[in-house]
Amino acid sequence: MKCSHCGEREGVVSLTQIIEGDVRTVSLCAKCAAEKGIETGIGVADTPLGGFLAALGESTDPDAPLAEALEARCESCGATLRDFRETGRVGCAECYLAFDAPLRELLRRLHGSTHHTGMRYAAGAAPRQLEPNRTAVELREQLRRAVESEQFELAAELRDRLRDTE
Amino acid sequence: MIDLSLLPDGGMAWLEASGPGSHLVVSTRVRLARNLRRHRFATRSDGTEREAILSEVEAAAATTEGLRRAVRFRLDRLDLLDRQLLHERHLVSRDLAAPESTAKLRPAGGLLVQDQASVMVNEEDHLRIQALRSGFALEATWGLVATLDAELGQRLAFAFHPEFGYLTSCPTNVGTGLRASVLVHLPGLVLTKEINRILQGLTQVGLTFRGLYGEGSEVVGNLFQLSNQTTLGKSESELLDKLGKLVRQVMEYEERARQILLRDATAILEDKVWRAYGLLRYARTLSFEETMNLLSGVRLGVGLGLIPNVGMYALNKLLVFTQPAHLAAAQGRALAEDEVPVRRAAYVRQVLEEEVGRRAPAPPT
Repeated sequence: MKCSHCGEREGVVSLTQIIEGDVRTVSLCAKCAAEKGIETGIGVADTPLGGFLAALGESTDPDAPLAEALEARCESCGATLRDFRETGRVGCAECYLAFDAPLRELLRRLHGSTHHTGMRYAAGAAPRQLEPNRTAVELREQLRRAVESEQFELAAELRDRLRDTE
Repeated sequence: MIDLSLLPDGGMAWLEASGPGSHLVVSTRVRLARNLRRHRFATRSDGTEREAILSEVEAAAATTEGLRRAVRFRLDRLDLLDRQLLHERHLVSRDLAAPESTAKLRPAGGLLVQDQASVMVNEEDHLRIQALRSGFALEATWGLVATLDAELGQRLAFAFHPEFGYLTSCPTNVGTGLRASVLVHLPGLVLTKEINRILQGLTQVGLTFRGLYGEGSEVVGNLFQLSNQTTLGKSESELLDKLGKLVRQVMEYEERARQILLRDATAILEDKVWRAYGLLRYARTLSFEETMNLLSGVRLGVGLGLIPNVGMYALNKLLVFTQPAHLAAAQGRALAEDEVPVRRAAYVRQVLEEEVGRRAPAPPT
């Protein structure tokens, strides 16, 4: 959604105006919103995606230098966290494993949860509505640990096994 | 120019005003975002990969019940006017249709339409499976989409994460990939100035609202698209139930607001809806925005039984056919900028006149 004022930058603030009973919604980029002096009540940083993307550039962890973290690559598609910060779009399915920690945090902020409870997908079969079984729970835990310790090959294998069990 | 009559109903059964609650609700839409596991997502894939994605989806679709007879379009091979037509008809998103400029066209953008279900290919996600129905019909619309999703999922390898669910290009769609939206007409709440409070309330409970053309579009003609904000953590049926309950509540508020207006401001209300009708019936130039606002007045009048000689179907059709590409298509040529408001007014007059002819005129009072 482009800014309705400049038409160039991505709109980050959605503004609803009600003038004489006429309701209008416009989307403004941070710059135009600031220039127009609009009191939106919500700063850019308060929108979950915008705030998260901005925070990606302000790592407070001294052990993870900013540049290095942003340049980490997804082995599958070559996307970096910097790419994600710029576009707000994920490069491929594997990115969700490669950047598990930041994306997990983002999903939690956006949706209030990271656990999909809807239809389970299995390639070649109809999706079903099932509670994950015990094996799946264990595999998931192993997968989480593998990702945390950055053992991506193991993680990919665990993910495939998980997919088979579900 | 493309021939939209190839589509069984011109892709417009959703305008029929035959669905439940159609005096308040224009249409219900449900979409699922899906991606292919083995392909990079939209921002990382080049032309070749996008072609491969389109071929895979088309091959899979050809063997499904839901899309076997689909009419197919390649957006990147259509003229600007044709893309605008499809967009105005709600068959394809702004993102894929690039109705403003050919320069923004995505390569290998595809659209497959069969009856009231369709799939957009190579939009923000590899697949956007969607259905659009007349009136307030969440369950029926979801049914169409779920069936198609199951059929396609058996033939294609979707990206699915054991914990996060269906993976999407934008993290805001992860999980179910489901966005359901109901297009409601809320002039009563706008006139009684309650709308702001209600929209704020909806936002707090996880709903979002948009204009007639979805994300990024402005609210015109008091038409609000109410939809779920989050897609992860709740099941498909929970998301649909919650949206359904809240929409029903909003519909009740709207009914109540209309009754209050009718009771406490009868003359003002009658004057407002008849003025809107009068302007539409006789004006010689009309901007799109003015048309939308006047149509809202007439729609309110029809809904309250104040205006007898107009059907909801005609009003719904006017929402689509008064838009620039449809006016141009009716003339069979591109229109100059200053010609558009004139053609629009002429078309509106014609439709309203036909409506009077079709319905028995009310005796003079």
